[in-house]
Amino acid sequence: MAQATTSAAAPTAGARRWKPSQEQIVLIVTALLAIGFSLTLDGFATLGNFLALMRSVAILGILGIAMSVVVIGRGLDLSLVATMAVSSAFALQLIHHGWPWPGACAAGMAVAIGIGLVNGFIIAFVEVPALFTTLATGFLVFGLGRTFLLDGMIIYMPKGQEALEWIGQGRLFGVPAPVLVLALMALVVQVFLARMTLGRFVYAHGDNLETARLTGIAVRPLTMLEYAICAAIGCVAGLVMASSTASMNTQIVNSTLIFDVILVVVLGGVSLVGGRGGVLSVLAGTALIGTLLNGMTILDLDNNVQNIVKGGVLLAAIILDNRLHPRDEETARQGD
Amino acid sequence: MSVAATMVEGGWLRRLRWRISLRLFLSELLAKRWMEPAIPFALMVGLIVLFSITTPYYATLGNAQQLGREFAEAGFVAVAMALTVISGGIDLSVGSVFALANLAALVFFNIWNWPVGLVIAATLCIGAAVGAVNGFLIGYLRTRPFLTTLVTLIVLRASVDLLGQHFSVPLAMASRVSWTWDVIGVGWIAKLPSNLAILGIVAIVGHFLLSRSRPGWHLTAIGSSRKAARHAGIRVERVLFLTYVLSGMLAAAGGLFYAARLNSSGSDTGVGWEISALTAVVLGGVSLAGGRGTVARALIGAVIVFVLVNGLVRMGFPGALSSTALGAVLLIAVGIDVKWAKNRGKAIQKIYVNPTMVELPPAPSIAADSGTAFAENTRLQASEEIGLDQVQGPEDVILDRQDRLYCGVREGWILRFSGPNFEHREVFARIGGRPLGMAFDRDENLIVCVGGMGLYGVTPAGKVYKCTDQTQRSLFKLNDDSRLRLADDCDIAPDGTVWFSEATIRYEMHSWFLDGIEGRANGRLIAWDPATNKTRTVIKDAVFPNGVCVAHDGRSVLFCSSWLCRIYRHWIEGPKAGQTEVFADNLPGYPDNLNRASDGGYWLAMVGIRSPTFDLLMRHPGVRTRMIKQIPPDEWVYPGINNGCIVKFDESGRALESMWDPGGTKHATVTSMREHKGWLYIGGLENNRIGRVRLPDADPDWNGYDAYWGSARGRS
Repeated sequence: MAQATTSAAAPTAGARRWKPSQEQIVLIVTALLAIGFSLTLDGFATLGNFLALMRSVAILGILGIAMSVVVIGRGLDLSLVATMAVSSAFALQLIHHGWPWPGACAAGMAVAIGIGLVNGFIIAFVEVPALFTTLATGFLVFGLGRTFLLDGMIIYMPKGQEALEWIGQGRLFGVPAPVLVLALMALVVQVFLARMTLGRFVYAHGDNLETARLTGIAVRPLTMLEYAICAAIGCVAGLVMASSTASMNTQIVNSTLIFDVILVVVLGGVSLVGGRGGVLSVLAGTALIGTLLNGMTILDLDNNVQNIVKGGVLLAAIILDNRLHPRDEETARQGD
Repeated sequence: MSVAATMVEGGWLRRLRWRISLRLFLSELLAKRWMEPAIPFALMVGLIVLFSITTPYYATLGNAQQLGREFAEAGFVAVAMALTVISGGIDLSVGSVFALANLAALVFFNIWNWPVGLVIAATLCIGAAVGAVNGFLIGYLRTRPFLTTLVTLIVLRASVDLLGQHFSVPLAMASRVSWTWDVIGVGWIAKLPSNLAILGIVAIVGHFLLSRSRPGWHLTAIGSSRKAARHAGIRVERVLFLTYVLSGMLAAAGGLFYAARLNSSGSDTGVGWEISALTAVVLGGVSLAGGRGTVARALIGAVIVFVLVNGLVRMGFPGALSSTALGAVLLIAVGIDVKWAKNRGKAIQKIYVNPTMVELPPAPSIAADSGTAFAENTRLQASEEIGLDQVQGPEDVILDRQDRLYCGVREGWILRFSGPNFEHREVFARIGGRPLGMAFDRDENLIVCVGGMGLYGVTPAGKVYKCTDQTQRSLFKLNDDSRLRLADDCDIAPDGTVWFSEATIRYEMHSWFLDGIEGRANGRLIAWDPATNKTRTVIKDAVFPNGVCVAHDGRSVLFCSSWLCRIYRHWIEGPKAGQTEVFADNLPGYPDNLNRASDGGYWLAMVGIRSPTFDLLMRHPGVRTRMIKQIPPDEWVYPGINNGCIVKFDESGRALESMWDPGGTKHATVTSMREHKGWLYIGGLENNRIGRVRLPDADPDWNGYDAYWGSARGRS
């Protein structure tokens, strides 16, 4: 189809014009922004700041990759931050209670996957729109976790867990470990989405659910799988976060982190209409937001001002996404 | 006057069990529009009663007034949310708009010392401005409502926090006193808290705006189907824009009252209110799918959420747990809403058909050599065709004094055939609906029963006028039966009263056969008096009353009951006036139209022929219930309608002779016939032709109009 259009347009348009993809645009903007900050801000263009930048956005990147799996399948997980906080805090608490760290992390992971499966079940089988489902389960996960799973608002990292501490604070050849975790997650999800049948099914699901169903893909179990993967990667992000700050403050649920995650995903080109973009898109979006946040931090902007700026960028991204990938709003269902 | 099944066998308990149907009641109840808000309303009352019992001093006037005052602000936000949800979108920024309006009103009033009127206007304008941003993005730029308003929620919240820090010190020091401000905040209007009273006024105005005004209909139409709304010429973008503006203003009004009541701005003002408003709206029965909901439903939901949260706090639950509870309630409510919206029609359809017992004695033999009046022959197969392939389903046929042939067809027209061999076809009148039985009145107007519309008349010049389309409503029926749903056949008494049958009040033209499978007394015999223009239901529980014919002497009306295979005579004059008796019983088929014959007898069309299988099925309603539910329609057992049969009766109800088209090669599903000048004209509900057969023994000059109304009167 694309080829046909190009060849048809070729005689009139002359040479084939280079049309930048959304990732490339985002990377160019990032580069321009970085150059701008380097020229105007002291201490931006240093290796130390660069590594700090990478490290600070690594968690956001991991969450973005988690989110991209469901967004490609035309969903959205607003409960991701709650899942992340509760599951990793639960893992830390189990270590406090004397569990070995692999077992505790596995238990935390099990909690996260359980939440993801419940989300997927409600969305796929009860057919509640994803936005409403995850909005409500976000409250539920946080409230139930606080009441029944966790002892306090903040769970601290137990002392003497080198392996766990390394994930957040260690370095390998000078590269901060969170960045390595991000790279690992990116690789795993990239392989899953681009090289595995199930991953291609996720794209098919996001592209056109009805068609996917008609071709025989078990769309409902697939939806549950997507949300489970999303929650599991979210749990990894939570462990990295807990390790790098030596604690997990479940109050993070009340922050605007989830919107940063959506921002990263949408900005890079993982369209909310589903079936588009990939891991590289998320990484490009992460680079842009990382640069922006880093610059604003160096500028010492108020948190609220930062939120307003991020909100504006997100709005612009949503409008742009809508322009680039228009959806048929006449047949759209509520919460799409 | 009951003419329901009287001849029955088996225990009376079994009969009763199938006569009274709880499912029937339930299916009609579910189809009611007021059923949806009834459940939330009951929940609301239940919660209030529960807390009144468990909480001391809950059910006192003072507490109610205090709660009412706190509730009003949440009520405004809920109505704001409801409007956008009905339009098919959502406004998550209501909580932030609420907080912004609260802060703005305080700053205007306390720091800038504006007059109260200006404060109110300016605050509402701020809400409208935020709404305009949302509306522009959603209406004109077509972004997704959920995400767009989520972003405005964050941006506004951050702005409120920034401004709050900026103004917190001067606000804490301000101490302006104003009488008007106090009336808004803590005053009373007619013994109600002022804000609650104003909410009431807004709700009433909003209700009329939404349900009785053009903009409200446009809003609902867009929510129901955006595409259809656009095709209907509604300016979708502008209506959506205005909806969000209105939503912003309502949320700002809530913030204004909050400011006047508490005079304080905290950082948590309005936090999470969008979730409680959303929960309230969905709980109240405003569908997230859009297009279904009222202001009242939103307020009912808001009361539920308010009472619930308030009650949980009073019972000592921690705040975090009550927000968890709210999340759970939201999830359950949305889940039920989605499933209900999707399956409501199916659920009603599944239980709508409620078969009852119809017990018929063994049918008389129709075998060719049986010697009865019903013995099968092939006389109808000798018919001549009129208008072959030019008519679609001429249910009834009639001829006027000028020998022109009329028939009602599927298109909703009355066709007229004229000329020596009826070769000239013209559309006589376009009524619409499904024209069925016809009769000429004394003035030669053609009175037509129109399925789906009622009783209509056509003047000789072809002008259509309405006779009647409603009758009195039965007191104890859930289904509103005041409208005529399926007027079937009519005839006119000498005094001018039009007697007509309404075959069923539970089904439409396209699903009449379901009434046959049901076999219930759903039809009625109705009389319309043109002199007084009064319509009255004479017999209200007839089983599929079909053909109607006034007797030759004009003293009684004959009408058929199709599924009971029986003809009744209802006396309208003389000593037995008002009584109904059986005219002919246990027919071999299902009787349809009935008309006068030239020799003082009556012609009867049989729409279908009974079969032992279907008779047996009619005795066992349980089997038919399972048949309807469990097997696809094309495998159901139907009455046998692939047969043509016309029977002639004498005045006493004795069958004299019959004419047949076995297998229905020419005339299947015969629904009507008219005798005219020695010929019998035949119509059929599904036929592609009108037929006529010569009646060798009939009076060659007899025509229906002159014989009934008298030739002298007609010619004058």
